[in-house]
Amino acid sequence: MIHVSLGIALVLIVIAMGLATYRLFKGPDPADRVLALDTMSINGIALLIALGIWFETSINFEAALLIAVLGFITTVALSKYLIRGDIVE
Amino acid sequence: MLFELIVSFLILFGAAFVLLGSLGLAKLPSFFMRLHGPTKASTLGVGSILLASAVYFSSRGSLSVHEILILVFLFLTAPISALLMARAGMHRELSGDNPRHDSAGKPPENNEPPSP
Repeated sequence: MIHVSLGIALVLIVIAMGLATYRLFKGPDPADRVLALDTMSINGIALLIALGIWFETSINFEAALLIAVLGFITTVALSKYLIRGDIVE
Repeated sequence: MLFELIVSFLILFGAAFVLLGSLGLAKLPSFFMRLHGPTKASTLGVGSILLASAVYFSSRGSLSVHEILILVFLFLTAPISALLMARAGMHRELSGDNPRHDSAGKPPENNEPPSP
């Protein structure tokens, strides 16, 4: 039962990744692209955790934690760049 | 059996909310509407999937709390990044009635307001 629901969930998350990629390429403003990148990092965390349950390994947590930290730092840096035109003053 | 039921429900719930957030990101017409989908719905979905993983690995022997760490970190940082992106959008003046940012995503022909 877990494997069936995991298969459905993996398909849904991959569709979500595709929608975020669509917004990343289309997005009329750079702020939209930053939002799409943030969404893609969140979806990547979900995908990694679901694959960790699927393969029954606990090695994906470190990768998910790294993606969470780097995604947050990336979003903050890009938003600061959009606001100020400069990251470190 | 009960653990399987809980884990399956949490995984499906989380995946549905992740998909809803990305659907809102792709479909909504203006930037400040699009900001709502990923920052709230996707965060709830990822939290649910992380909780499912914690329950699953805890039910197979030792207690597993790595996922709770990621969950707390995500729930702490999602509002901050949402605030910063909203501030970036305000700085670029992307409000809904701005002609620079219409629903089709294309800039209009002329930026002057219509003369009376």
